[in-house]
Amino acid sequence: MSDAALPFLGGRAGAAASPRAPLLPMRARGLTLRRGGVAVVDRIDLDLGLRGCTAILGPNGAGKSLLLRLLHGLEPPEAGAVTWNGAPASREVTARQALVFQTPVLLRRSVGANLDFVLRARRRDRGLRAALLDRVGLGDKADRPARLLSGGEKQRLALARALATGPDVLFLDEPTASLDPGSVLMIERIVREEAERGTRLVIVTHDVAQARRLADDVVFLHRGRVIEHAPTDTFFAAPAAEAARDFLAGRIVL
Amino acid sequence: MREATESLQDIAEALRLAVSLVLSGDADLVEIVVLSLRVSLTATAVACAIGLPLGALVAVARFPGRGTALVVMNALMGLPPVVVGLIVYLHLSRAGPLGFLGLLYTPTAMIVAQTILIAPIVAALSRQVLEDLHDEYAAQFRSLCLTRAQVVGALLWDGRYALMTVALAGFGRAVAEVGAVMIVGGNIDHLTRVMTTAIALETSKGALPMALALGIVLMALALGVNAAVHGLRASAVRHAYV
Ligand SMILES: Nc1ncnc2c1ncn2[C@@H]1O[C@H](COP(=O)(O)OP(=O)(O)OP(=O)(O)O)[C@@H](O)[C@H]1O
Ligand SMILES: [Mg+2]
Repeated sequence: MSDAALPFLGGRAGAAASPRAPLLPMRARGLTLRRGGVAVVDRIDLDLGLRGCTAILGPNGAGKSLLLRLLHGLEPPEAGAVTWNGAPASREVTARQALVFQTPVLLRRSVGANLDFVLRARRRDRGLRAALLDRVGLGDKADRPARLLSGGEKQRLALARALATGPDVLFLDEPTASLDPGSVLMIERIVREEAERGTRLVIVTHDVAQARRLADDVVFLHRGRVIEHAPTDTFFAAPAAEAARDFLAGRIVL
Repeated sequence: MREATESLQDIAEALRLAVSLVLSGDADLVEIVVLSLRVSLTATAVACAIGLPLGALVAVARFPGRGTALVVMNALMGLPPVVVGLIVYLHLSRAGPLGFLGLLYTPTAMIVAQTILIAPIVAALSRQVLEDLHDEYAAQFRSLCLTRAQVVGALLWDGRYALMTVALAGFGRAVAEVGAVMIVGGNIDHLTRVMTTAIALETSKGALPMALALGIVLMALALGVNAAVHGLRASAVRHAYV
């Protein structure tokens, strides 16, 4: 994919011209978070390599969303730590990442103004707006109130907003959960394009086939623990953990 | 004080005269209404300039003593107008610390009193509005690594409809109060006479048509404010901005 096709990622070229230390690899050790007396994230060790797309799978309540928040630096872990290329979590590190939440929170403004806000706040080129909206298929809805969009349109706008920050790491929490098949393909294409450009992707999904299509490696989470972390082919060919086998077979995992 | 011996016919006649005063745009009536609006709108503007940033600060900031600040802010919402009038009077009277300003019995004194009366209302109500909004946006804003100023700016803008309602509530309270403006304004003809103090005076003089005429305008204003609040809400709901 040429740069001309994705003009709004020009910011990355600018960043490369004034070299910043790379953000990856990421190392998480002993991450723990308690909620209501239960360790909902329980002594998690996790490594993210320089490139590619990591899928996080696991049953409802496994702790996937909370793990993303910890890795992104939205809340401090009660125990353990995350380091990015050796540097501890910080505002600067978080600023180079974006997280698309499971339930998008959109400003009480038009679709276009939601993007304008982020582009302005983060001192990005305001001209990126049109390309971003086109990229998520909302080009004709720029003037609509964002909160009147359909569920799937809201999720696509949230993705566009995340891309607007020009992140080095992009966390996606079930980004295609309420999308129609066409929109799912659109999101998956964007994920692939971003991965090709060197954005590090971490995607939580319940769509096993999607994990197979997109991910280079799979993390299987269960009751706040990483049960298995393996290359995608290995994981799906022969999941080592029984909980993972049950999960893939569609059996309820308790 | 005249005895209240008006018959039903007298009252009906007074009402007829009152309506014709309003419709003919009687000069005295207009002067009083204009001064009322000038005083209360100015007080509302100043109260918003103080109360909105204060409300926003308490909504997003966590500092020691915040709980106390909340209690004080909420308690001050119920300040009795006469007490505010008395306190402002004591400061502005010749013997008071600010007596040298010569502000007592001027519209400025009335603006000061009404500002003190409604600034806590604006602050406390906007704090509530903005804190609810902040609860919803906080994680997203943290993810975007916004500065404190960017957060407050976004909250004020996204809460604009609710905040306009807050301002209207403040204006409604200011324009309808009588105790504070009476004490610090003195109800001087052509100088500090506003609708509420004029109604009190004209009624006690038995000048019912003028009192009723002013009452009609005040009621219309109250209705107008409520209609505006309603309209704002409806338009905000239409755009899913609430
Ligand atoms: N504030 C909280 N208080 C109590 N429990 C909480 C709180 N937040 C999260 N939890 C619990 O933590 C666990 C993990 O939550 P999390 O949202 O990470 O799950 P998830 O893996 O993302 O699930 P899903 O697939 O349904 O999105 C859940 O059991 C949830 O009930
Ligand atoms: Mg989740």
